[in-house]
Amino acid sequence: MAEFLIETIGLPPWLSWTAIAGLSAFLILNVIAGGALVFIWAERKIAARIQDRLGPTRTGGRFGWLQSLADGIKLLAKEDLMPDGADVLLFRIAPYVSFCASFCAFIALPFAFDVVGQRLNVGVFFVVAVLGLEVFGVILAGYASASKWSLFGAMREAAQVVSYEVPLGMCVVVPVMLAGSMDLVTIGEKQAGWASNWFIFHDPFTFIIFWVYYTCALASVNRAPFDLAEAESELVAGFHTEYSRLRWSFFFMAEYGSMFLVSALAAILFLGGWNGPVPISQLLGLSDGMAVDAPYVLRLLGCLNLFVKATAGVLVMMWIRWTLPRLRIDQVMTTCLKYCTPIAAVMFAGVMLWQLLLPGGLVAGSFRNAAGVREGWLEQSNSGELDSEGSMSGTIPSRRIVEVSR
Amino acid sequence: MNHEAFGLSANLFAFLDWHGFFFLLFAGVACVAAVMVVLSDNVVRMALHLVLSLGATAGLFFLAGAEFVGAMQLMIYVGGTLVLLVFGVMLTAQTQLVALRTPAGDRVIAGILAAAILAVLLQAAFSVESWQKPGQGVAAAPRATPLGMALVGVRVDQVAEEKLGQPKNGYLLPFEIVSVHLLVVLVGAAYLARAKRRQVPRPVEIVASTDSLKPRPSGVASATLVSGGPK
Repeated sequence: MAEFLIETIGLPPWLSWTAIAGLSAFLILNVIAGGALVFIWAERKIAARIQDRLGPTRTGGRFGWLQSLADGIKLLAKEDLMPDGADVLLFRIAPYVSFCASFCAFIALPFAFDVVGQRLNVGVFFVVAVLGLEVFGVILAGYASASKWSLFGAMREAAQVVSYEVPLGMCVVVPVMLAGSMDLVTIGEKQAGWASNWFIFHDPFTFIIFWVYYTCALASVNRAPFDLAEAESELVAGFHTEYSRLRWSFFFMAEYGSMFLVSALAAILFLGGWNGPVPISQLLGLSDGMAVDAPYVLRLLGCLNLFVKATAGVLVMMWIRWTLPRLRIDQVMTTCLKYCTPIAAVMFAGVMLWQLLLPGGLVAGSFRNAAGVREGWLEQSNSGELDSEGSMSGTIPSRRIVEVSR
Repeated sequence: MNHEAFGLSANLFAFLDWHGFFFLLFAGVACVAAVMVVLSDNVVRMALHLVLSLGATAGLFFLAGAEFVGAMQLMIYVGGTLVLLVFGVMLTAQTQLVALRTPAGDRVIAGILAAAILAVLLQAAFSVESWQKPGQGVAAAPRATPLGMALVGVRVDQVAEEKLGQPKNGYLLPFEIVSVHLLVVLVGAAYLARAKRRQVPRPVEIVASTDSLKPRPSGVASATLVSGGPK
């Protein structure tokens, strides 16, 4: 897009790059903040329905849809408190550390083909790495608050997130192995076509590993039943006990941002990303399956597709939160070490064997044609990789890496 | 994008050469934060400054197009090591704010050491021929695949260059050695941290020994007491 500004409008390069970077940052910020507004309202309504009550009904007319905005104004008007013994600097910056981690992960997250802040060759890895930094803000908050509740909450969170990164990483590697690339755009494009092309339906192992991923993602964003860090029945409010006003709301923007992020990542890795279950545009002849030439309207529809899938993921997280009781810390660790990690490892080996023995899938040829059309483009887009690898095909090398290194 | 990393002198707009700007920004943050790590007294502050320094280094990697190395830096050093460090500090801290006071003599020794290493590094950095020219722009599009292939023993760069006569067995052996080493470390850590088995006799033996020592007033009660005891 910056090239477009430079070549067509003739802006100087430094101004174009600044403008595009600012625009991307602005859009991502709005996805997080707007998402938080909508999701907090949705959470209230869903919680109310599950508990057989109405939730907000009056603010903003029907359905209480302005409730989040009213909450925001209330938060702005509150007093900014800080405990006497707090470490002032760390107490102040902790919420921003959390929020920045959540925000940075969005930079590499594609919303549709090439609708991405910065397309990274190692997109998946970057997102998972940056998401792990969010816990640092929580630890700082717990430490700097000079409160026992906060400290306990932060320590639980640290233990939990550090442990769950292991099975989460294993789950994320599976789609990377199937797509032969760590580039999120490539992974999404490999699942184009009918819903049977989605990696979740690739084989039985990926179907199971999707649920393991979802469980680990739930734990890594600190949502119930893994919300031990805030555990209001034991720790008052956990790591954010001492926080009020906007600082407190930054933690929640980070939390809702991360919820959306891991759901969008699940959608891209397993649920076809921005590709709908039926390739409507291809059937109607609007596009020939080559995403590069697709009109911008289709990319917008792709964004819509991804938003629907990610929102569904977030809503399921809320459903789980208001349905399941909170786990104890030993149960959390048991779930991670005795269930998620071994299941992920076995499924990983299973996917590997499946790729070796049934590379075309059970229904090869019947449903996979739509993706086959795009293969040509993908190979082309990976041509840099191909050139450096001589005669090898695009997908095999990465797959082989994973197989041998495990 | 103009890729002259040090193009600050040319004109005013060169000041807005974003590549150079971010290079100076990240490099400055990394250096200042590193100095702050040394100068601060509080362990958690030190950790925060270390996060800043390592994060800025990751930014430099991203700027250089080494995305994989940058993400690695974030994942291992910032995400893993430092979280564990702070975690350990919080678990072991006796007082609320842990203060570390370095004796003046240690500071002098550390200063001499650091200055010596800095001198060596600077000399080495400026003696590399190709680093004295301005940047030549981004090289090939960065890919993580050749790196991974080299780790499992296929040097794709050499395949492309048709150096078929030369050995191209890559880094499979170092990779395997490191992974076995890591496995040993993990097993060792699990062994050290395991729950210690207490040297207690089995309940049956205790019951038997108590039976032989003294007559039981009420057999059922003492049996439950003993068998519930040593667990």
